[in-house]
Amino acid sequence: MQAVFTRPKTLKDTPTHFCPGCTHGIAHRIVAEVIDELGIREKTIGIPGVGCCVFLYKYLDIDVLEAPHGRAPACATGMKRVLPDRIIFAYQGDGDMAAIGTSEVIHAANRGENITVIYINNSVYGMTGGQMAPTTLLGQQTTTTPYGRNFRSEGYPIRMAEMLATLEGVAYSARVALHKPKYVMQAKKAVEKAFMMQINEMGFSVVEMLSTCNTNWRVSPTEAIDKLENEMIPYFPLGVFKERTGKDFL
Amino acid sequence: MRVLTKGNIALAEGAIQAGCRYYFGYPITPQNDIPEYLAKHLPRVGGTFIPAESEIASINMILGASAAGARAMTSSSGPGISLMQEGFSYLAGSELPAVIVNIMRIGPGLGGIAPTQGDYNQAVHGGGHGDYHNIVLAPASCQEMFDLTIKAFELADKYRNPAMILADAMVGQFQEPCRLTPKEPVVIPEKPWALTGAMGRPAQLIKSLFLGPGEMEIHNLDLKKKYDTMEQNEVMYETRHLDDADIMIIAFGTPSRIAKTAIQFLRQEGVRAGLLRPITLFPFPSKAIHEYSQRIKKILVVEMNTGQMLRDVQLACHNGTRVYFYGRPGGGIPYPDDIMAQVKKLL
Amino acid sequence: MYYDMIMAGFGGQGIQIISQLVAVAAINKGYEVTYLPSYGVEKRGGRTNVFVVISDEEIGSPITNHPYSLIVMDQIAYDTYIHILRPDGLLVANESLIDTTTHRRNDIVSCCLFCNEEAVKLGNPKLANMIALGALLKNSNVLTVDDIKKVIEQVIPERLAHTIPANMQAIRHGYELA
Repeated sequence: MQAVFTRPKTLKDTPTHFCPGCTHGIAHRIVAEVIDELGIREKTIGIPGVGCCVFLYKYLDIDVLEAPHGRAPACATGMKRVLPDRIIFAYQGDGDMAAIGTSEVIHAANRGENITVIYINNSVYGMTGGQMAPTTLLGQQTTTTPYGRNFRSEGYPIRMAEMLATLEGVAYSARVALHKPKYVMQAKKAVEKAFMMQINEMGFSVVEMLSTCNTNWRVSPTEAIDKLENEMIPYFPLGVFKERTGKDFL
Repeated sequence: MRVLTKGNIALAEGAIQAGCRYYFGYPITPQNDIPEYLAKHLPRVGGTFIPAESEIASINMILGASAAGARAMTSSSGPGISLMQEGFSYLAGSELPAVIVNIMRIGPGLGGIAPTQGDYNQAVHGGGHGDYHNIVLAPASCQEMFDLTIKAFELADKYRNPAMILADAMVGQFQEPCRLTPKEPVVIPEKPWALTGAMGRPAQLIKSLFLGPGEMEIHNLDLKKKYDTMEQNEVMYETRHLDDADIMIIAFGTPSRIAKTAIQFLRQEGVRAGLLRPITLFPFPSKAIHEYSQRIKKILVVEMNTGQMLRDVQLACHNGTRVYFYGRPGGGIPYPDDIMAQVKKLL
Repeated sequence: MYYDMIMAGFGGQGIQIISQLVAVAAINKGYEVTYLPSYGVEKRGGRTNVFVVISDEEIGSPITNHPYSLIVMDQIAYDTYIHILRPDGLLVANESLIDTTTHRRNDIVSCCLFCNEEAVKLGNPKLANMIALGALLKNSNVLTVDDIKKVIEQVIPERLAHTIPANMQAIRHGYELA
């Protein structure tokens, strides 16, 4: 019998610890498939930040460095300068990248560091128990915005993919989603493109992935999918915000 | 051949000769000579210099470079070193080597830039969170700025632990004739633990997170063993005229230099004073101080702060030894006369 | 042998260059040397104070509060340091910019020269520092004019190499005047 669907080589045979309904596992699988297809498992190093994303090392069969909170792009910078022919990617959540680590990601991007950032945006701090993130939607209730996020007090949700796209050093910036098969296919294409940018030494690449966190959103997995579709995507539009076609930065 | 060299420059050249090819840093007085020198000279030896966006980014670039197996360094002062503390803790917890230079400035706050030693506690007794130690080396001459930088890289690699050069601004800014070649050939050890991609070997992981029951206790005890080994094998100190001394001055960095002159004059006046100068602040020469204090019953600790190393000396001393303190915080620098006067008061 | 000195003036008077000449010449003769310039904020404030210690043994303190000699190029430098000069110590003062009557010392060796005017006579007012250096060499027995000559190419930046003959001439002129 022919196997038509198998576990990617880069994905470890480990039971997941993520909450049922969480899309982290899909993100991992996409990255693992792309690494397999590009044949770069033995030269790829992953750098997860702090939060749910830190457990990358449990699932991907590649070298992994755990970075301090928000600092993965700085760690990736140091590592890439030492190993310019390896594929280095940071794997960050929205608390990690869009809050505490904005300085590191902006300057790594602005230097055009030839690294890739996979950025999981689930509009909430997951691991610490559902506190407000800079990406939390207006009106969204979290444990630290119990009455809903109010722009007068907490400001507006931050759009990282669009913001990073404005920087000269950025080769590729896209936003995708992980909640429906169609979007997953698009997400994989974006990740492949981002890694190809790095392989071709085009500069900084980032893929923002809209994800569900049904546990902290306090909804069922299926309701979370609807919420992502109907509430997140209207504020965080999917698309490619920057894509270099040649080494036009030279 | 000895060349008149500024302390900070001797240190920077020492880093290059130690095989350091990666420097990441953010400017702050009084250590700017170091990044400026390395920005100019690292590219010549195929090295990389990144003017990082912050000290936080600097120390994390070090973390990445070190995890990839390279010798990497950053330097800063006062507020910048404070910002890096999280990184020191991660380096220690992840067991990654790195060299960090602190040319101290006055604190708290923005403070000032005159010579001071106010960061002893921060460097020696943590600063970052958790149960860890930096290796801390305290040069007192331009030659030591060169030699101890090479030593710092050696110790950092040997123990897979961050090593700090802790110097006051006088040592950083003054000039002395220096030999700018290593005393011994520099050997960079193999680093099979480094992350280079899982080519022909199982994937490797460098982390400081241990959530399993009891895992972190084992990790902490393993680290403790390492620090104990350092205390056994790596303590460095210098002594002067202690054989017949009635009073022992203990000082590091610039105050140790000034104490040497004071002791020379005191001896001319018939006062039998001697010096113990810790070169490693961690591991601290507690054993040596304990042994000397069995015979020398008066100790004067001289620091350019309000009494930080003092506590470590008090802990190390034999019962019945009187420990006195003369401190000049906030940029005050004692003259030899001042130290002489303090010693004479104790006779 | 132990000899220490403080050289002080305002930025641009060439204090650093003459103190470096002294330091490098002393190293060249096999002495131990410490050279401590003012730095940091003061660098921008316009003052230059340099402490140089020369010894045939290991040097402890790079700072001194009883220097054997003092080269002061302006009034502030004179007023700041004249009190601490060692009894029988050597004062080289640039009388062009200093009124020494502000603080009288009768227990020292004074060598006051109109360095600025003498430098102008030699054709370049920037040579005042070298005239003071010549006076120091004459009155201290640590270094000779020849010792300076041996290292001057090392110390003067290459772009100013053409000024070396004029500098040496000024040093000799100061030496003769003192």
